[in-house]
Amino acid sequence: METQQQLDDFQARIDAGEKIEPKDWMPERYRQQLTRMGSQHAHSEIVGMLPEGNWIGRAPSLKRKLVLLAKVQDEAGHGLYLYSAIETLGESRANMIDQYLYGSAKYSSIFNYPTLSYADVCVIGWLVDGAAIVNQTKLAHCSYGPYARANLRICKEESFHKKQGYEMVAKMAEGIPAQRKMVQDAVNRFWWPTLMMFGPHDSDSPNSEELIKWQIKLNTNDELRQHFVDRVVMEAGAIGLTLPDHDLKFNEETGHWEMGEMPWDEFWNVVKGNGVMNRERMKARRNAHENGAWVREAAQAYARKKKLSREKAS
Amino acid sequence: MSENNEKEWPLWEVFYQPKNGKPYEHAGSLHAADAENALQNARDVYARRNEGIGIWVVPSNQITASTPEDVGPFFDPASDKPYRHPQFYSVPRAVKKRS
Repeated sequence: METQQQLDDFQARIDAGEKIEPKDWMPERYRQQLTRMGSQHAHSEIVGMLPEGNWIGRAPSLKRKLVLLAKVQDEAGHGLYLYSAIETLGESRANMIDQYLYGSAKYSSIFNYPTLSYADVCVIGWLVDGAAIVNQTKLAHCSYGPYARANLRICKEESFHKKQGYEMVAKMAEGIPAQRKMVQDAVNRFWWPTLMMFGPHDSDSPNSEELIKWQIKLNTNDELRQHFVDRVVMEAGAIGLTLPDHDLKFNEETGHWEMGEMPWDEFWNVVKGNGVMNRERMKARRNAHENGAWVREAAQAYARKKKLSREKAS
Repeated sequence: MSENNEKEWPLWEVFYQPKNGKPYEHAGSLHAADAENALQNARDVYARRNEGIGIWVVPSNQITASTPEDVGPFFDPASDKPYRHPQFYSVPRAVKKRS
């Protein structure tokens, strides 16, 4: 049973800016919320390898291929940092994977959109990784030590992801008309889904208040989204690309860019599993997991055999 | 817990030495079938950008740690001994000026 005193003491630690470590006392609900949010974050990194992985074999040059390979490998690494951070809360890796592949665990909807051209790879780096950095830079300061440290490690690597994306987008934007058209088309398709990565409006986000109270999240969805939009408007303008929002306008008073309403029906439809790529993505992940089962078993059998022969020798 | 799960690779804690002469620090953890496998995975997961020049992997269940509940009594012997710090001692003024 959690007593009011325990809850108050915990809140006092949070308010004092202390980090919570795995063996510290924490409310069950804090543990649950972190497990849910962190494992979804990990699943997103893993599934996030698919849209871009789709283009590794068709990269336009050896240089871009090397960059893309390194980036996709980083995404795998990010998933692993996060899984290991969330395991410290007492959730087993096997269970998390199981919930993800065969249960009800979610991942970011942005990865349920198809990548139709190489310009999509460029725009994902710029917008999707750019949005992820905004989120993760904040999460690097969250109250749970292992999760904060995993995010810090991610941020150090993610800035290369965003920069290589923006570099490519800028290159295409100053290219021949066909390239400009291609990259503008990618921006048009990814703009709204990227903004929706930050989640529903604060008024429709029932978890936010509790997450912020415990400093699992440090800012609301709308605050983070605004921060992102203000920066991207400037970056798009600098390379002559248009963001597909006719209502976008600068508010002199607030100093922020105001945006039009996001297509939420589409968002919820994709969350529910009806996006273009939902089934495909899950199928690819399940196949990878199931087809890799023999490798995991073989490694274990080999480890057992080596251990036995060592024991015999001694 | 994962250690009891026969089907899952055991958990290892990863430490790396960032630079020559620096102490090893904790990076995170990972699953691997054995120590050799854990070292290779640790390199791929935690040292893709030369973060370390040395790596240790330790089975997580082999680590003995102090507990937060005992933190008071456990570290108590150190907290009332200010004479272990140089600030406890005074130095003649003439010497102080020179340093």
